[in-house]
Amino acid sequence: MCLGVPGKIIEIKGEWAKVDVGGTKREVSLALLEGAKLDSYVIVHAGFAIQTLDEDAAQETIRFLDGFAGGRDTA
Amino acid sequence: MKYMDEFRRPAPAAAMVEAIKTLSAGRRGRLAGREIGIMEICGTHTHSISRYGIRAAMPQNIRLISGPGCPVCVTSQPDIDRLIHFVRREKKAIVATFGDMLRVPGSFSSLERERAEGAEIRVVYSPLDCLDIAAANPSKEVMFYSVGFETTAPTVAATIVEARRKGVKNLSVLSLHKLTPPAMRALVDAGDINIDGFIAPGHVTAVIGARAYGFLSEEYGLPCVVAGFEPLDALAGLWMLVKQLSEARRDIEIQYKRVVTWEGNRKAQAVLNDVFTEADAMWRGIGVIPGSGLKIREGFAAFDAEKRFDIGYDGCVVEEAHGCACGKVLKGLITPPECPLFQKACRPDAPQGPCMVSSEGTCAAYYRYERV
Ligand code: SF4
Repeated sequence: MCLGVPGKIIEIKGEWAKVDVGGTKREVSLALLEGAKLDSYVIVHAGFAIQTLDEDAAQETIRFLDGFAGGRDTA
Repeated sequence: MKYMDEFRRPAPAAAMVEAIKTLSAGRRGRLAGREIGIMEICGTHTHSISRYGIRAAMPQNIRLISGPGCPVCVTSQPDIDRLIHFVRREKKAIVATFGDMLRVPGSFSSLERERAEGAEIRVVYSPLDCLDIAAANPSKEVMFYSVGFETTAPTVAATIVEARRKGVKNLSVLSLHKLTPPAMRALVDAGDINIDGFIAPGHVTAVIGARAYGFLSEEYGLPCVVAGFEPLDALAGLWMLVKQLSEARRDIEIQYKRVVTWEGNRKAQAVLNDVFTEADAMWRGIGVIPGSGLKIREGFAAFDAEKRFDIGYDGCVVEEAHGCACGKVLKGLITPPECPLFQKACRPDAPQGPCMVSSEGTCAAYYRYERV
């Protein structure tokens, strides 16, 4: 039930945002999130954006996983 | 889907499983020949770990234990029963709740059955939907039966704030919210099972911040990794935890860095604290855990179903119905196949307990993905 899905903010109107979640557009409340920005990714849970998704950190995790698959860093 | 598919690729998964095997079996290693118990506290992890075969892929000496992290499952029998008493008594009320609650068997009925008998019960995706239901039914009382952990509780708090702003008069909330860290503490204190470390839930921690688990390493010497829910996140989290154990470290670490910080979401915390305050809460199978729940503050009493209605525990029983062993499953004492009803009398189409109802329930996860 703590399922949260990543989506991209494509429109902001006051405390509401339109968020593209895998191609589906959803009306999402921003009442729980400070400083939500257009084009940024957020985690959507029960109709609310509950946190921003840090894209740099995501890339870092992806690089770490790739390093693993390449056989490095398995110590 | 962006930021999901990247964390479902098979190649890193295979490498990660190998690395976990190496760490846990290395002949000179600290973990060789030791039985290691790792609890994943969250139902979303349980589902992911079962679905992607992660439990089965672990080396023999690593046991992944599912904990009490499915909100529907930990809702106590008396809390189901008193709701059913309520819908039978308040014939003109509308009860709204999240979908999985409907099929959870109480000791004498379920919401689904009550609905078939005529009770007005609505399933919502967001607590905000309750505002629309209340507006569309001005002559009826709308009561939201509210379950969920720290991820969900702020969304309910924000809904109550919004209801007050709009002057809504016919909406109330029965708060059965539960808090994660006190439950982890209670499980460790009980000492019934051997836990060497925790995988902590990503979205709960997105709200409360990873610092909330500091007590595990400081007071109990237990490591904890906050992990995301995609299979590679879960595996990376397990690898980080096993690596800590192999190096005798007892730290709190974050694997799910794209979403989780040490402080968490301050605004969500503030909204939560405006509306709710800590209270004792009753957990299925575990009993009352001090300070592990949330009740609505005095200032919002008008929206508190406990204050608005007579909805006490009279005539409710604590024992689980029909010989269901959910309580033991939730504490990690047994796995679902050890329950005599599993896949016989108890199946997803005929659930005997909540752990078989919710897709995040441990019994449902084992039934779908780990039947042998
Ligand atoms: S298999 Fe069914 S009866 Fe047994 S513990 Fe799980 S939910 Fe309860």
